[in-house]
Amino acid sequence: MGLSWMAWTWPTAAFFVFVVLAISSMGLWEYRSPGGNPRRGVFGLDTTRGDRLFISMLGSAFIFLAWLGLYGTPLWGGLAIAIVWFLFVFKKV
Amino acid sequence: MKPARENGRAFGFLTPALLVMTLTGVTPMAIVAYYSVHDTFAGNSFIWIGATWFRQVLTSPDFLGALARSFGFSAIVLLIQIPLGIFIALRMPAKGFLASLYIVLMAIPLLTPYIVVGYLWKVLSLPDIGLVTAAAGLTGLDWSMNNSIVVWATLLMMDAWHWTSLIVLLCYAGLRAIPDDYYRAARIDGASGWAVFRFIQLPKLKLVLLIAILLRFMDSLMIYTEAYVVSRGGPGVSTTFLSHELVQTATIQFDLGEGGAMSVIYFLIVLTVSWVFFSLIVPKERGAA
Amino acid sequence: MKRKFSLAPAIFVTFLMIPVYWLLIMSFKTNGEIFGGISFVPESPTLENYHLILSDPDWYLGYVNATIYALLNVIISVTVAVPAAYAFSRYRFVGDRMLLFGFLAFRMMAPAILLVPFVEIFSRLNMIDTYAAVALAHCLFNVPLAIWILEGFISSVPKEMDDIARVDGYGFPRYFLRILLPQIGPGIAVTAFFCFMFSWIEYLLSNALTVIDIKPIGAIMTRAGGVLSADIALLATASVLGMIPGVILIVFMKNHLARGFSMGRVI
Repeated sequence: MGLSWMAWTWPTAAFFVFVVLAISSMGLWEYRSPGGNPRRGVFGLDTTRGDRLFISMLGSAFIFLAWLGLYGTPLWGGLAIAIVWFLFVFKKV
Repeated sequence: MKPARENGRAFGFLTPALLVMTLTGVTPMAIVAYYSVHDTFAGNSFIWIGATWFRQVLTSPDFLGALARSFGFSAIVLLIQIPLGIFIALRMPAKGFLASLYIVLMAIPLLTPYIVVGYLWKVLSLPDIGLVTAAAGLTGLDWSMNNSIVVWATLLMMDAWHWTSLIVLLCYAGLRAIPDDYYRAARIDGASGWAVFRFIQLPKLKLVLLIAILLRFMDSLMIYTEAYVVSRGGPGVSTTFLSHELVQTATIQFDLGEGGAMSVIYFLIVLTVSWVFFSLIVPKERGAA
Repeated sequence: MKRKFSLAPAIFVTFLMIPVYWLLIMSFKTNGEIFGGISFVPESPTLENYHLILSDPDWYLGYVNATIYALLNVIISVTVAVPAAYAFSRYRFVGDRMLLFGFLAFRMMAPAILLVPFVEIFSRLNMIDTYAAVALAHCLFNVPLAIWILEGFISSVPKEMDDIARVDGYGFPRYFLRILLPQIGPGIAVTAFFCFMFSWIEYLLSNALTVIDIKPIGAIMTRAGGVLSADIALLATASVLGMIPGVILIVFMKNHLARGFSMGRVI
């Protein structure tokens, strides 16, 4: 047994670093200036800061999938749209 | 902010469940995600290949076809079963022996093993000796399982047989929770049957229906065993749904990467749908209520 | 509320029961009679099919195997779910909503998504063809189910009970075992029954994680049904026997069915 067969590639490591960074920076942000109660955004949804992170991540995943399906690699265009989506969600939703 | 001691305690209680879910949920999902961005030779060494599998899956007619068929199947299933379930629940006797008898009988299909459901409907639609075939024959229909419309009809009928009771049971429970005073008030106001449904019963059924729709949508989207036994995905690929395509790719063609990419896409769909319903079902302040 | 007698439920129940009746009579027929054409009453009812299944270990061990891993799954699911449900019911903690959502998402996940990694994990652990592998795999949907159902039951025990017990000098373990558990006894029964059933009716994972020794009844039926001259009468009998646990559960739980099927959200 053991999972050493699973080559530990740099992209995998980068992914986990990204997740850990995202969660810990959200934690730090919450600690420094608490996000407080849910607010109501443009969609009429009540969201907390954590919800907004979740929505923006899930949305970005679909943006990348759509980019791949309709255009293909490279993903820079998808990345740009995802960043705009991120900012939109955190500002407005 | 919550006191740290409560946090520690809560996570103490949660640890066993989190450990089990790590083994049976998180780890398998991580492995699938890993497969989806790597290429492999005989499962031994893995090479990072980025989004290649995703590109391949998202442009594959097989996958897109299965995706469309699955969503189409789920949509028809919901359109048939939700109104039918509500209708039957409204017509159920409020109490008494007959109500109990109905409930017991209705629940039987819900707890029938999937393989039995599939097998039963396969036999029912056999040529010559199948009951459905014979019934269709009486009305002049040729119930041939080589016809994809017939196969779809069989699968939809099977799913209605299997699961409509779920909607009935949940709505019936929801309806019984409405106090009699509401109806009395409505009668005094001279409300019509439709008004009673629209303004008294439907609002009270909202939570129940949300759960019912979530369960029915996700379960019909992932239909595998029953449909496979009945039609093996055919004729052609006309009833090859998402789960069939996935199992076919990952375990029969043994394309781990492509299967992984499909699984990740499927997982994202599950997350999105579950999240929408979760936000509607569980109030923001999960208080005592 | 007064309702007029309506035919709709009767028609619906009839639609549900015709296939069940069909299955039942097929199990009392011979293959010759089944292939002879449509008939609604068996000519000369025979118990031969039942006798064959209940005396041939290749067949009846399928039920025994399915029972063993379903029971094992119930034990694991309920044991880990009771404390977790208690935490969700009594505490507000960092990430509680997200975790509750996470459990729901795993309940909604198709076993097909995780089929390959399950086989991979359990073969690395040398657990393929063991009861524990199937029981653990079924935790994917049963642990979330158990937590959601039990959370509802524990929340209906007033929180003041906790405080009163503490004032009376009950330590936490004693309170948990002596007072809380008996209070939620019915909830545990409902949870256990439903976990058992959802494990019992599942096919894809239990088939993929077993090889020869502990095949569940579903897999044995698939093998028997796969041959060209399928023995329809025998398969019908196996199906009827496979439905019996569900019928027993329904009769015992008929007042709790909505609660179990709605993951504890409807009482």
